[in-house]
Amino acid sequence: MKTSLRALAVTVLAIGGTFGLDPFRNYQLATAAACFAAVAGLTVLVGLTGQLSLGHAVLMAAGGYGFAYAASAVDGHWLVVLLVGLAAAAVVAGLLGLLLGAAAARLRGPYLAGLTLALVIALPAAANTLPLGGDQGARAPFFPVPDALANLIAVEQWHAWLAIVIAALAVTPLVVLRSGRAGLRMRAVLDDETASRLSGVDPGLVKTGAFAASAVPAGLGGAVLAIATQQVTPGGYGLAFSLLLVVAAVAGGLGSIGGAAIGSVLVTVLPWAIDELTALAPADLGRRLDGNLAVLLFGAGLIALTTIWPGGASRLLDRLRAARPLRFATPSTTTER
Amino acid sequence: MRTPGPFNHGHRNRPFTSAAALAAAAALGLAACSTPGGDEDVPGVTDDTVTIGTHQPLTGPAAAGYSAISAATAAYFEYVNANGGIHGRDIEYLVKDDAYDPAATQTAVRELVTEEDVFAIVNGLGTPTHSSVLDYLDQQGVPDLFVSSGSLTWNQPNVYDNTFAFNADYVTEGAALAKYAVEQDPEAVICVLGQDDDYGEGIIEGVETVVGSNEIAEVQNYSVSSEDLTAQLGAMMAAECEVNVLGTINGFTAMAVGTAAQMEWFPKWYVSSSGADYPTLAGYLGEDLAPVLLQGLVSVNYLPSSAGGEWDALFREINDEYNDGAPYTGNTIFGMSVGYLFAEALAAAGEDPTRESLVAAVESGDLVGNGIVPLSYSEDDHAAYRAVGVTVVNEGVQDYIGTTYEVSAGQVAAVEPDPVPLENEGIPGS
Amino acid sequence: MDRFVFLTAAGLARGAVLALFALSLVIVWRTARVVNFAQAAMAAAAVYAAFAVTAATGSYWAGLLTGLAAGALLGAAAERGLMRRLPAHAPLPGIIVAIGLVMVLQAGLAIAFGPEHRPMHPPFSERPFVIGGVPVLSPYDLFTLGAAAAVMAVLALLFNRTSLGLQLRAAAFAPETARLLGVRVPRMVTLGWALSVAAASLAALLLVPTELGLNPHAADLLFVNAFAVAVIGGLDSPLGALVAGIGVGLLVSYVTGYASASAAPLAVLALMTLVLLVRPGGLFAAREARTA
Repeated sequence: MKTSLRALAVTVLAIGGTFGLDPFRNYQLATAAACFAAVAGLTVLVGLTGQLSLGHAVLMAAGGYGFAYAASAVDGHWLVVLLVGLAAAAVVAGLLGLLLGAAAARLRGPYLAGLTLALVIALPAAANTLPLGGDQGARAPFFPVPDALANLIAVEQWHAWLAIVIAALAVTPLVVLRSGRAGLRMRAVLDDETASRLSGVDPGLVKTGAFAASAVPAGLGGAVLAIATQQVTPGGYGLAFSLLLVVAAVAGGLGSIGGAAIGSVLVTVLPWAIDELTALAPADLGRRLDGNLAVLLFGAGLIALTTIWPGGASRLLDRLRAARPLRFATPSTTTER
Repeated sequence: MRTPGPFNHGHRNRPFTSAAALAAAAALGLAACSTPGGDEDVPGVTDDTVTIGTHQPLTGPAAAGYSAISAATAAYFEYVNANGGIHGRDIEYLVKDDAYDPAATQTAVRELVTEEDVFAIVNGLGTPTHSSVLDYLDQQGVPDLFVSSGSLTWNQPNVYDNTFAFNADYVTEGAALAKYAVEQDPEAVICVLGQDDDYGEGIIEGVETVVGSNEIAEVQNYSVSSEDLTAQLGAMMAAECEVNVLGTINGFTAMAVGTAAQMEWFPKWYVSSSGADYPTLAGYLGEDLAPVLLQGLVSVNYLPSSAGGEWDALFREINDEYNDGAPYTGNTIFGMSVGYLFAEALAAAGEDPTRESLVAAVESGDLVGNGIVPLSYSEDDHAAYRAVGVTVVNEGVQDYIGTTYEVSAGQVAAVEPDPVPLENEGIPGS
Repeated sequence: MDRFVFLTAAGLARGAVLALFALSLVIVWRTARVVNFAQAAMAAAAVYAAFAVTAATGSYWAGLLTGLAAGALLGAAAERGLMRRLPAHAPLPGIIVAIGLVMVLQAGLAIAFGPEHRPMHPPFSERPFVIGGVPVLSPYDLFTLGAAAAVMAVLALLFNRTSLGLQLRAAAFAPETARLLGVRVPRMVTLGWALSVAAASLAALLLVPTELGLNPHAADLLFVNAFAVAVIGGLDSPLGALVAGIGVGLLVSYVTGYASASAAPLAVLALMTLVLLVRPGGLFAAREARTA
């Protein structure tokens, strides 16, 4: 209950925030919200169960395709169209996650990473082989600003609102799940599979469930992107994007949902900001740095965070909180272990 | 002590609130606010400038060669600006890199439209990339001129009334190539190697309009991530193909020709204009081998690429002066021709151009461009070129041989080429 | 039938390179218990070094040796500089650091050399021998097959017949015990990394001349397929890498030739899923500890 209230407060705050942004920033915000949903799923999966998925971009794409086809198939009030699309996104991504999870339950770390990697590489091939519209992808319906709001906000802001609400709906259950019994089980399996088996927790079931639970918000994130861009193309969900999601999860601190939010904003805004900077460099150098410098810095950041400062942004948050005197003085690292 | 988990993740869900709030605050701090709607001015047009934008693959694996196009266009605009601009306005050309990634295209184009307030998007490159912003540009009412791709998608005046194609479409090219092949030798065994997207499919469709459906002896495809074409060419060789029609980008054209030569197989190559630029192919194959391997390579084109022509001379001059003497290739000609066509459209849009008058100028059918065949723009036709001229490589020189085909309603007919003469030193509209 | 022979030959040559790259992944897994996701980027960097030397000296062989040395150095440096600092027994940080390394190396190469494809020329003719009217293997294919087979044989000898190999294996399987017995475990791990990246660089050096040209992503697809090969064969098993490498090479060749190029990645994914469903540790998996 407390979680839902908190989520509601954050959602309202974020929607209020969109009034301070111009259309382009609102578009970026919608993109960041989509990433947030996916990264939240990924960070819980990796942080709590230790299963590294390099294929969350494909789960997003699955949600995006599900959304695009289902929402295009129904007629009616925009809210109905939206809800049908979202339901389809959650179901399609969830089913794919369940399948992957079933495989993941049997596989150890690098094998799972390998399977998910092959999945990402196979996505463009799948789009060309299956009836998914090839490289041009599938078109998603356009959600114009409702008449009542038409004079107040631009379409980008409206999409940012939808993105925020959907991301909140996608992530809040994850927060509940994470702090509840399921979260406990995941940690138990991560710490010691044999011990958890002895205490009646089936590791295979927990891992499969965790994968599916992580896939649903990723799929909804894909739906958000489909709303913001009216398009789902395989090219948009390639390996680079999948790795970016991992970067966001690591930068935010694995397992931390607040960190996931920071990580998502970071990977959305930083490449753009860096490209703006490289545009100032002399033409030839600028052309070489453009696009590449951001990747270089992200890579260096991944290495630095993992070797020097594991915990990412979430540790920073802990520090900030610890600096506030009125909190209970329990060092956060001992609350769970 | 640390447990052997992947990372030490000790924190509960409390950071959720503060983190999200922090994120929101960070986002807030990004920019000053602005609300929709507003002034009556024409976006991107001031008293002395017109700002337009484009999205191009400047980086990334699929981008080799293409970055030369926007550089050439920019060089042409600099030339125009140095000579007084169009109706006294300089053209400012903003080039955004999308690395051929549709997601990046969406961000780039939104930035151009909402942040940079461009007058029009000109020559956005690529089918998957540009498809991803087609609806957006339509909703925003931004003129979407001269798309750099041969997909038929851009020619839907009833759906996308502001979108215009520039390339001759792939079906037209495939049909013209097949027609020439059949006229050279009616008995030839014709095969196709195509990219596994609308490019390859368009070429196949075009070839089939000439030879009949399912009459292509062997159809093979590749994806841009392919490492080699050995298996494909082996299959084509086994099928005893005599004429290989290629719907391939330059790198894979070179790879196909090179791989076949390694197999001691020298069939005839008929290549779409998107993958048949001699200087680029020579770069891949090496200057020593290229004249031998590419001898007799047939292609089609519609731009003034003949060496020694007046357009060629002007473009080379501009390339030397405003483009740091970059390698002069088919992409240079393409980029400058697009620039010329836009300048012509802008001049025709009047002293005080609006987005409406710009679109009307293109639809009027009065633009002539600089092609070797007439432009076909009209209110019901947003395709640029419906006719193409055949080119052949002879001793390292690629030039038109005079044969020109017009393709309409599935029929291929020979027509006379009708090159547009150079006027006013390539600066339209005074 | 002609087509079948041709595709088989092409698949064999491709499979040899795949097997060699997969073997390099197996080596590093056996000595350090990590999958080096940066293997493709490190190999590409080594090939750039080889390219530069060949361009400067005109000698393919000088370039080849430089590439191998650069690969070994890169491997050792990555282990000493990065991997060693990570907590042992946890696979995740190693994978994530490697992913970071991929981004740094590939972006760095693109900044330094630009995104262009640089054509590399093979040292032997690529003109295939024609047997019964069917073009089969070319001299360069034979060189590739020979080089891959020789390296694999040397590595097998090293691991199974020499005291160094014994130390390498001991360091990997029982580091504490090995240390007690006087094996310099850290040195062995560094050596394993150096060997592994050198082998991967050789695979990339063999592959690039048959591709469009050298670019920062030149070995990416090789890595993805080789990783699939290593997983299918079992990450612990050099024999698995060899068998699965040839198998996947043939599969890709047949699917491309008979069906379509775009179906090839799907076929690899399908094969991998199938194998993992039946044998989660790969075809030649060593038996794992009982967990229930």
